[in-house]
Amino acid sequence: MEKTVNQKAWFLVLPVLLLVAFSAVIPLMTVVNYSVQDTFGNNQFFWAGLEWFREMLSSERMWDALGRQLMFSGIILAIEVPLGIFVALNMPKSGFWASFCLVLMSLPLLIPWNVVGTIWQIFGRVDIGLLGYTLDKLGINYNYTQDTIAAWVTIVVMDVWHWTSLVALLAYAGLKSIPDAYYQAAKIDQASRWKVFRFIELPKMMGVLMIAILLRFMDSFMIYTEPFVVTGGGPGNATTLLSIDLVKMALGQFDLGPAAAFSIMYFLVILLISWVFYTVMTNLDKREG
Amino acid sequence: MAKITLDNLAHSYLPNPGSEDDYALKELNHVWDDGAAYALLGSSGCGKSTLLNIISGLLQPSQGRILFDDRDVTHEPTAARNIAQVFQFPVVYDTMTVRDNLAFPLRNRGRDERYIAERVQEIARMIGMEEMLNRKARGLTADAKQKISLGRGMVRKDVNALLFDEPLTVIDPHMKWELRTQLKKLHHDFGHTMIYVTHDQTEALTFADKVVVMYDGRVVQIGTPEELFERPEHTFVGYFIGSPGMNVIPARIDGNKAYVNGSYVELAQGYGPLNGKVEIGVRPEYARLSQTDGLPVKVRRVEDVGRHKIIRAEFFGHDINIIAGEDERISADMNRVSFDAAHVNVYANDWRVQGEAA
Ligand SMILES: Nc1ncnc2c1ncn2[C@@H]1O[C@H](COP(=O)(O)OP(=O)(O)OP(=O)(O)O)[C@@H](O)[C@H]1O
Ligand SMILES: [Mg+2]
Repeated sequence: MEKTVNQKAWFLVLPVLLLVAFSAVIPLMTVVNYSVQDTFGNNQFFWAGLEWFREMLSSERMWDALGRQLMFSGIILAIEVPLGIFVALNMPKSGFWASFCLVLMSLPLLIPWNVVGTIWQIFGRVDIGLLGYTLDKLGINYNYTQDTIAAWVTIVVMDVWHWTSLVALLAYAGLKSIPDAYYQAAKIDQASRWKVFRFIELPKMMGVLMIAILLRFMDSFMIYTEPFVVTGGGPGNATTLLSIDLVKMALGQFDLGPAAAFSIMYFLVILLISWVFYTVMTNLDKREG
Repeated sequence: MAKITLDNLAHSYLPNPGSEDDYALKELNHVWDDGAAYALLGSSGCGKSTLLNIISGLLQPSQGRILFDDRDVTHEPTAARNIAQVFQFPVVYDTMTVRDNLAFPLRNRGRDERYIAERVQEIARMIGMEEMLNRKARGLTADAKQKISLGRGMVRKDVNALLFDEPLTVIDPHMKWELRTQLKKLHHDFGHTMIYVTHDQTEALTFADKVVVMYDGRVVQIGTPEELFERPEHTFVGYFIGSPGMNVIPARIDGNKAYVNGSYVELAQGYGPLNGKVEIGVRPEYARLSQTDGLPVKVRRVEDVGRHKIIRAEFFGHDINIIAGEDERISADMNRVSFDAAHVNVYANDWRVQGEAA
């Protein structure tokens, strides 16, 4: 059959292209623009080359923030992934309670970030918050505005509360897709509970877990609102994660050039880690095949 | 190895079964003899898998008891019953190698590695996968997976019974024949009680000492292949066994004559008055086409299937099949059919009626 050549289909892509241009490409290019220029005010800019990048790379402040950021993402992944799997394994498989659990677990996911922050900020206060007050009365020294450990514990617990459901729901979907015959065969083969998990459930969940880990990593690496609302980055700089630091620099000090350079490197780091992550996981997947 | 007794067994998937229709498996009493090979035959949805799952303990029956020899195992878990079962849907552990898959049931029972290695090698030879032992099971073809499932079922020697749920469906015909031979050999060598579910009657008839035919949640007949052929206890058995199946024709019975539309067919035995739906059943093998004997038929088509010919015909408005020998000549003027009286069975409401000597 003769193929008809018709280039009109391009027009169908055009709206999306425009949308992406305005929402992503143009803002990003603005940042690139700032990152290679300097200004003395009055809207007069001149070329600065890679000066800002060099400055940021040698800035201890950025490396510290990056370190804290990696630590934060590492901790929450190390807690949320196993916890999410554990929750998914223990959820009812069908019936009223299954739906009930699903609804209950979706609730935290529906709450806006700044509200989550506010909830925990109040919850943890020693004077009026249920958590802070109780801990204080129990004789535990807990004050997230002054104590680094307390601040970290608060933002980690808050993130776990907010996002473990996501991992659990994805893992649950993976579990539900396993045909009954697998469990039956495992019973016939007298596999222990651990072996059922290791050789049936985990392999079948791998695909969705990969997505869950990637999502949680990217999201936690860019986290801003919740810790900002709770600790404001303090005490000192103890919970100043990358994006908090970035905002401090760009809006607080109005150092647009360095902040733009910082943004771009931030963006590249996320891209890089996600890519490495994805490649490693898919390769693992293939090698097993 | 054990004798398995099903006592008053029935199962429904509903929590509160009411009428008989709610039962996937209707009340059943049966003894599976120790060391016998059974084929379980029946159409889709008749409860074959349900029955196997109850025997292996994957499913708790709604009522009745299961005994292994004289031990009541009704409430014992699968592990305590020591049964091997191969499922309809091939199950392999994706992340393990073929070798580890085969070794899995033995390792879980704590057998020593030397014995395991030996046994795995043996099984791999039986299923023809010796070269693939070190491959990961993921990504193998469907028939390779099914062979692994089968191998895992056969790897333990000390099981009480071996249950196979259509284990050869996706395997190609040649390999199927080969595996069937291996299964028969396994049965011969170890004398396990074996139950083999299949849709395929040739498979059932060649494999088993006894064939159990199920229909709509009920065991309708248990017998040797010959018994099923000669005296189907239920019209379903008649249809299902044989190719083509038994001809079933509505009739009125009077003594030792069966009337079909005013004409009659001689019966070898006499019958009392029968109620309900009355039919006669004649295997195509026992019907003969000729120019002179019997009742009129209209021949529609003659199919030559190699060893014999199948004649498709119309008999007083009913479809019937007649089998003729390969070298028998069929001519256009052959328009009468006669039945071998000794092989005409009488059915009332689908169940065979035993006649009295006439
Ligand atoms: N888990 C279940 N829940 C509810 N009903 C079921 C379940 N499993 C089977 N059934 C029903 O019970 C009946 C018997 O099913 P079963 O699987 O035993 O049939 P089968 O003879 O193995 O059929 P097939 O040849 O298709 O495998 C069917 O009507 C089926 O719909
Ligand atoms: Mg079945």
